[in-house]
Amino acid sequence: MNAFWIILTGTLVATSSGLLGAFLLLRKMSMLGDAISHAVLPGIVIAYLVAGSREPLPMLLGAAGFGVLATVLIEMLYRKARLQSDAAIGVTFTGLFALGIILISAFAGQVDLDLDCVLFGEIAYVPIDVWITPSGLNLGPRAVWILGGLLVLLLLLLGLGYKGLVITTFQAEYAAALGVSVSFWHYLLMSAVSVTTVVSFEVVGAMLVVAFMVVPPATAFLLTNKLQHMLALTVLLGLGTALGGYCLAAWLDASIAGAMSVVAGAFFLLALLLAPRTGYRHQLWQR
Amino acid sequence: MADIAVEAHNLTVSYHHKPVLWDVDFQLPQGSLIGIVGPNGSGKTTLLKSIMGLVQPDSGYVEIFGKPLEQVRARVSYVPQRESVDWDFPISVREVVEMGRYRPGRLLRRLDSTDKAIVRQSIARVGLEAFADQQIAQLSGGQQQRVFIARALAQQADLYLMDEPFAGVDATSERAILQLLAEMKVAGKTVVMVHHDLQTVQEYFDWVLLLNTRLVACGPVSSAFTEDNLRQAYGGQLTILSKVAHLVEEHDFPVRDRSKKQRT
Ligand SMILES: Nc1ncnc2c1ncn2[C@@H]1O[C@H](COP(=O)(O)OP(=O)(O)O)[C@@H](O)[C@H]1O
Ligand SMILES: [Mg+2]
Repeated sequence: MNAFWIILTGTLVATSSGLLGAFLLLRKMSMLGDAISHAVLPGIVIAYLVAGSREPLPMLLGAAGFGVLATVLIEMLYRKARLQSDAAIGVTFTGLFALGIILISAFAGQVDLDLDCVLFGEIAYVPIDVWITPSGLNLGPRAVWILGGLLVLLLLLLGLGYKGLVITTFQAEYAAALGVSVSFWHYLLMSAVSVTTVVSFEVVGAMLVVAFMVVPPATAFLLTNKLQHMLALTVLLGLGTALGGYCLAAWLDASIAGAMSVVAGAFFLLALLLAPRTGYRHQLWQR
Repeated sequence: MADIAVEAHNLTVSYHHKPVLWDVDFQLPQGSLIGIVGPNGSGKTTLLKSIMGLVQPDSGYVEIFGKPLEQVRARVSYVPQRESVDWDFPISVREVVEMGRYRPGRLLRRLDSTDKAIVRQSIARVGLEAFADQQIAQLSGGQQQRVFIARALAQQADLYLMDEPFAGVDATSERAILQLLAEMKVAGKTVVMVHHDLQTVQEYFDWVLLLNTRLVACGPVSSAFTEDNLRQAYGGQLTILSKVAHLVEEHDFPVRDRSKKQRT
């Protein structure tokens, strides 16, 4: 049963992160998830100081707030200070992460926050934290419910906002010419990325979130030239990665998150070799 | 002068405090094909973007059909430079053209059968029916340009702002676009087009706007497209001038001979 919950958790995170990651990839902002997962640290610490406990909701709000703040700062550094976009991302997330660390050390006495705990949730512990109703009914791991709820919200967002996201991603300038608000869709996507990153890394750790946000969409991009197929493939690859990663970890008795990341990378390499348009095999064929 | 399609007043635009358009003032007539001509970096693209409200002017303003852009946005469509998108984007010709039917308040709604029909017609008008379901990376440069034009047609606007639609296109695409321009003129549409090829200005356009940060000239081709004005716009770029000088002198430009010299 534990295996089932872990694989389900992995698939839920892979689906949420991957669907958003696909849009980030097309916006050439793949590493934004990584940046956000670091930049939210001060938000978590401040929420903890204000709320005085490790209640998930205040922490989530604090983190999501700083996630959005990070994206605003990145935009401003890019537009106003004319920094390259990767430099803008780097400056912002290292700065905010450092601020978080300073806050933790400054309030060390009051903060019972372990960096490892905050940044590196552990997917192996998912089945332990179950949700039991007052009447004593065991509903399964809490994380699965939270991640499932998040995924439903994201699917709603992507379903309803599909046109807006696609047009502003494909050609922001043309969208603006039509009168579509480019910054609305930008910040909507960024808020979704912030919340998803925060909720997920609390459960499975930052590395796995970033791996799921970047690698399966990149793999899917190599394999198809239709966006809907790319999104569907991203989800399938996420499922395969969670399943394969769990098996690999069980076989090697290794870290589950590590094994899942390795499997994601293996799928990517395979796609790189076999992709119909860009793959190595295709290039040999052309010669 | 006919009714005015676009009017700019003392328009000054700069990027990071460096002026790119300086005190530009003009009126463009409705129902004409209008060429915007000037050397590289002279602010042609910026001028189109200012008309489309995509860059904020430091001073001055633009009116379209005598109104601010916001009130007439639905009547204006924009064909950006081909380089402005990543053509590897996983999207088909039809999906790009469908964007011409998107409206800010209606993004959540599905396209209806009227929209779909308009999209089909627009693709047909640029001659890309056979490519409708192909991914845009698989098209030639000229076909990609026609995709953008089809999308603009799908907007069913009255004013079309096009940024170098003839740049790097094959002869077939060039003919297709010219044919469309002729149809649009008959339908009373106004087309304002950035154009890089001085040789074809007299042949393609009724009206020309010569630009080099400042406005050099704006008027009917016969009176504004003069050697003097070109010298002012292009400054020392003599090779370009000498190439064009003979065209300007011979006022009976041989339009009919065009078919003979066309590349295939
Ligand atoms: N986004 C921008 N940021 C900074 N400078 C720009 C930007 N866009 C254009 N420029 C500069 O403004 C000048 C005019 O550009 P542009 O309007 O594209 O000219 P044209 O289309 O006539 O070649 C050029 O010197 C160009 O380098
Ligand atoms: Mg230009």
